[in-house]
Amino acid sequence: MANIISDETIEYVGILAKLELSDDEKEQAKKDMGSMLDYIDKLGELDTGDVEPMSHVFPVKNVFREDVVTNGDTREDLLRNAPGEKDGMFMVPRTFE
Amino acid sequence: MAKQYETVIGLEVHVELATKTKIFCGCSTAFGGEPNTHTCPVCTGMPGSLPVLNKQVLEYAVAVGLATNCTITQSCKFDRKNYFYPDNPQNYQISQLYLPICRNGKVEIETETGKKYVGIHEIHMEEDAGKLIHDDWEDCSLVDYNRSGVPLIEIVSEPDMRSSEEVIAYLEKLRMTIQYLGASDCKLQEGSMRADVNLSVREVGAEQFGTRTEMKNLNSFKAIARAIEGERERQIDLLESGEKVIQETRRWDDGKGESYAMRSKEDAQDYRYFPDPDLTPIVLDDAFLEEIRSRQPEFREEKMARYKEEFDIPEYDIEIITGSKHMADIFEATVALGSQPKKVSNWLMVETLRLLKEKGMDPEDIRFSPENLAKLIKMTDAKEINSSVAKEVFEVLFDQDMDPEKYVEEKGLKTVNDEGALKKTVEEVIAANPQSVEDYRNGKEKAIGFLVGQTMKAMKGKADPGMVNRLLKELL
Repeated sequence: MANIISDETIEYVGILAKLELSDDEKEQAKKDMGSMLDYIDKLGELDTGDVEPMSHVFPVKNVFREDVVTNGDTREDLLRNAPGEKDGMFMVPRTFE
Repeated sequence: MAKQYETVIGLEVHVELATKTKIFCGCSTAFGGEPNTHTCPVCTGMPGSLPVLNKQVLEYAVAVGLATNCTITQSCKFDRKNYFYPDNPQNYQISQLYLPICRNGKVEIETETGKKYVGIHEIHMEEDAGKLIHDDWEDCSLVDYNRSGVPLIEIVSEPDMRSSEEVIAYLEKLRMTIQYLGASDCKLQEGSMRADVNLSVREVGAEQFGTRTEMKNLNSFKAIARAIEGERERQIDLLESGEKVIQETRRWDDGKGESYAMRSKEDAQDYRYFPDPDLTPIVLDDAFLEEIRSRQPEFREEKMARYKEEFDIPEYDIEIITGSKHMADIFEATVALGSQPKKVSNWLMVETLRLLKEKGMDPEDIRFSPENLAKLIKMTDAKEINSSVAKEVFEVLFDQDMDPEKYVEEKGLKTVNDEGALKKTVEEVIAANPQSVEDYRNGKEKAIGFLVGQTMKAMKGKADPGMVNRLLKELL
């Protein structure tokens, strides 16, 4: 494997993804990410200087909707997913700015 | 000699667009709904839901871009900005990083030091987040997603401003332009326009910019001006005492008149942007841009110039009236209905402004119709009602926009032009006030004022004061 993922990198990626990994999982993730990057390096061997970056696989563009209200009140359904509820709102651990 | 410093300011302005629905779903954007009643699977980030762009958002963004001399990115797309926070149920905000809809614009501003251009770096479309309310009782936060997915544009300026006066002039210019387009009401107090100030200082003549800070929580022009002065001084003090300015986000506390560093989020600012695969690319042809361009309104500067040509009203009136597109629309429509421009202007400049101020309202909140104002002016011109009755009627008109003709009829407020009836009342008043009559006859001219007042009172205000005056003089 050409790409070696450091402990610091896997720690950082874990923090960004809000994942708590065990030591075994970290080792596995390091290997997986390394081989993914190797694969990307393979693509990098191609000369893509004249190719437009692609962001979508389907040849579809300009899908719009008109500015018309179509949705009603589905609060009851929505709050069924809430960990806690108060006054029609989701109750979450206190946040700071 | 003390060092001279120059302030360098750039602005990030968020504007909430005046659409009926959210940017990617058919939920209402109406203000004041019960918490979480304007939500759906899309704006609450449910797996499997599919966002679809509101065409009106695109049209408003392009219209603002054209009005600020931007180049429109005819092939653009949306990106995901990833972060975890309870106000954002998708765990990413849909925004535009790589290909913002508008770039390289500029607007002209005018301050006491003259005219100059402020560059617009870019304008991009994005969605707003939900609202967090902190509950001290339960020691938790409560989340309302009604605002989640409300469409915003973010206008990023170049660091071209050098004083708070220039910043205010720039914001006024943006606000006026966007209000004229009808793309937003741009109310700072209510949060439909929000400005973050990026500020650094450098010695006069220096080529490099200093380290900048970003200031948030600025919700009035006055707060922005004070925050700029405060931050300028804070940075200069740091430099003078040999310290360094740290690049950070600061929150302005307008009550205390000072800013403090916001607690840096635990994680680094690593948003890992990538193209949003759920939203299709946007390709705008020239015909689309041309259509938007053809719909652009007459902007304020053009309107002011035309008013000067067309209407015989003072320049000051023109400035105030065109300061609100809504007020200018009412003015023009009322004049079009046949009212004399100066009279329409007077109603707007005196009574309307007074009532707006009294009720703490903005010109955009005016609800009376040009038709009803024109009717009121017509009745006054025809002397069907006198000016004090007209003012009373106008107050009701301001609140309720009723038909003033019907109202005057129903309330019996018409001026009594029947000279016989009026004469009778005048005679009664003369008989009842011998002292004033004697004073008048002895040369106290002022006494007649009292008698006019008594007659008007007896007529319940419905007499023509001119006629009362004349009859009194005749009979005395």
